[in-house]
Amino acid sequence: MSFLEYAPAPESRSILNLRDQYGLFIDGEFVDGHGTPFQTISPATEERLATIATADSSDVDAAVAAARRAYDRVWSRMSGSDRGKYLFRIARLVQERARELAVAESLDNGKPIKESRDVDVPLVAAWFFYYAGWADKLEHAGLGPAPRALGVAAQVIPWNFPLLMLAWKIAPALAAGNTVVLKPAETTPLTALLFAEIVQQADLPAGVVNIVTGAGETGRDLVAHPDVNKVAFTGSTAVGREIARTVAGTSKKLTLELGGKAANIVFDDAPIDQAVEGIVNGIFFNQGHVCCAGSRLLVQESIHDEVVERLKSRLSTLRLGDPLDKNTDIGAINSAEQLQRIRELSDIGEAEGAERWTADCEIPENGFWFAPTIFDNVSTSHRIAREEIFGPVLSVLTFRTPAEAIAKANNTPYGLSAGIWSEKGSRILAVADKLRAGVVWANTFNRFDPASPFGGYKESGYGREGGRHGLGAYLVPGRSLAPASPLRIPAVRPTRKGASK
Amino acid sequence: MTIETTPPVRTLAPAARAVEVLGGDLTEGSLRRYLNGIPGVDAVGLEQRAAGLGTRSIKTTSKKWALDTVIELIDLTTLEGADTPGKVRSLAAKALTPDPSDPSTPRPAAVCVYGDMVPYAVEALGAAHAGAVRRAGGTGGVNVAAVATAFPSGRASLKVKLADTAEAVAAGADEIDMVIDRGAFLSGRYGLVFDEIVAVKEACRREDGTYAHLKVILETGELNTYDNVRRASWLSILAGGDFIKTSTGKVSPAATLPVTLLMLEVVRDWHLLTGEEIGVKPAGGIRSSKDAIKYLVTVAETVGERWLQPHLFRFGASSLLNDVLLQRQKLATGHYSGADYVTID
Repeated sequence: MSFLEYAPAPESRSILNLRDQYGLFIDGEFVDGHGTPFQTISPATEERLATIATADSSDVDAAVAAARRAYDRVWSRMSGSDRGKYLFRIARLVQERARELAVAESLDNGKPIKESRDVDVPLVAAWFFYYAGWADKLEHAGLGPAPRALGVAAQVIPWNFPLLMLAWKIAPALAAGNTVVLKPAETTPLTALLFAEIVQQADLPAGVVNIVTGAGETGRDLVAHPDVNKVAFTGSTAVGREIARTVAGTSKKLTLELGGKAANIVFDDAPIDQAVEGIVNGIFFNQGHVCCAGSRLLVQESIHDEVVERLKSRLSTLRLGDPLDKNTDIGAINSAEQLQRIRELSDIGEAEGAERWTADCEIPENGFWFAPTIFDNVSTSHRIAREEIFGPVLSVLTFRTPAEAIAKANNTPYGLSAGIWSEKGSRILAVADKLRAGVVWANTFNRFDPASPFGGYKESGYGREGGRHGLGAYLVPGRSLAPASPLRIPAVRPTRKGASK
Repeated sequence: MTIETTPPVRTLAPAARAVEVLGGDLTEGSLRRYLNGIPGVDAVGLEQRAAGLGTRSIKTTSKKWALDTVIELIDLTTLEGADTPGKVRSLAAKALTPDPSDPSTPRPAAVCVYGDMVPYAVEALGAAHAGAVRRAGGTGGVNVAAVATAFPSGRASLKVKLADTAEAVAAGADEIDMVIDRGAFLSGRYGLVFDEIVAVKEACRREDGTYAHLKVILETGELNTYDNVRRASWLSILAGGDFIKTSTGKVSPAATLPVTLLMLEVVRDWHLLTGEEIGVKPAGGIRSSKDAIKYLVTVAETVGERWLQPHLFRFGASSLLNDVLLQRQKLATGHYSGADYVTID
């Protein structure tokens, strides 16, 4: 047997005690839903994991009412430092239950345990720690002397980073003094429900966090609810548009974090081995289920062959399989529906004349899988260069000059992220300046930090999450103090000594 | 004594590999242009990749194979000022019988000693010495590696370095671990470093025309940047090194996973370019089985599993062997023993 066929090293499931059925989490308690319950499955095996309640409009009403009560009676009156204490407590509980959360995430979502363990869950804790620190410092957020919370926030999140997206939404909302009703994605509700247990464990006042599960209809009810002050959504551009229409004409504040078709630009002076790693991380991280994935590789024509060769040999070392195996690099596609979409777009890519290459790996019998795939000789007019595939599929395009790279990178209705690979610092700065993308990574890709704002241009949405900017989405700027008298500019010129300071 | 100066166009020793890759008119200038043309290394990305490889989880059958392989790849080393014939004999005995409680334990690839200790090592290994096996028409056996060229600093004249090397080879060393002139490298005199490697390689020639294996120590802790390590690796290979080796073990940091990964990438690229296989030897600071297995993973996933053979990969280590033996015993018996259940050399 070859050494590279590492013996199975599965993470144990014994740490996870899933209930057979989960209700809705409203007003601090798990309650039954009035809709038809649904099953959540493991996309790697299609095994049933639990039965999940569906919230109908009466349940959504109850959740929003609970959030409103908690806002009026407790949360909006609590001091920032006390809110911070709760958030710190949640962050520590996430760390304590990190392994359990990672196992649940990999089971329900299909992502490799090494990612849920080393990326998702640590970032979730980091997000709560970061915003816990902001809770008593809102007057320093650049929004005036006394910014106020908005009220009740309706939050709808996607299935690609279920718990991390929950943290991105809940942490800043609570730090700013809002209460929330959150709807996790239909295919990945488990970690949100485990999070509800953490909320109970942290003794968070009832109703501050409410979690309603269900499909699109539940999300629609929540977003359209008249007593909601703020809507935050991460997901597809199509649904984002629908939400924008629903919210239009109301006083609800809205942030949308939508799709992307990021360009990962590799110049001929790039650190080649690290660039190859970055390309791999850019598109094959989380099976490509990443809104900011580097799905369009723009490589300078002079190094195209070398980069593609190296990429292929690197991809041949990726290990596809059981998400709970600690050596798995590529897990399962989240749902049959998503797999269908990836297959369709890939077939279109082939039909349009792009050159398809797929890593040679064994596909498990059950579950939803798609082997890492590269399309070479892709033109900007191909559909696989324009539409978000949201899967482990990379389109390779070439460019000749920096100007052409910038033009091609920007030639998309999206504008969420981009990557630049070059050893020349001045070029990185010059190109980054001209890319219309919310996040530009230089000599790295898919790096996240709670202190760094994240969000898109154009059809990738609006508003920012993360950092100080992320707080702004959950606050009304405080009234600035009227200046008592016009500022007087001192008539005396600074002395030479003073000026040299 | 005269101080060597660099003439504007310094012609270099016509090492075969360099002539093939750089062309016939080999000069200091052409070598410099070639080395400067190699793509840079992004430190953050390199370290991230190494850390990623370090998270592989090697269990059960894979671990068993890995532990035995680590032993087979060890250069069991003693490089102390206090070394004596007795110490070297003890080390050789350890190489021959790594674990007296388990005769199936493989032997390490070599014992690595200072030049003046070579005769004692050869004598102690006796019939199991690779040289003796070779003369008897066989293959295998335990090699004797000698550090040479004014190890570890390398601060001596070329004449002294060559004599150091030739003497060790004559005494029966199968492998020579030389150090590059880091001072010359850091001051940009690549040609000097190159010529020295070529000369030492020639000094590795035995009377029968065969050569002792040459490992070129870069002392990456002194080269400091990954870009330097990459250039020095290319330079050493171009000059004729059979192996590139990270460190003497006398400078901190010694071997690290990112540095070894980087050197493996050079070796992989050289193989792509010429089809030739160059060895890599991380040395110093690798003490636990867990760390050693990370290196095996890095080798297998960078250059391929084929490199996990003694003629292409080595660990320079002294205390690693006993930790591997303890892990090996644990796999066999199911429980951990203790330091007194493995022998000190």
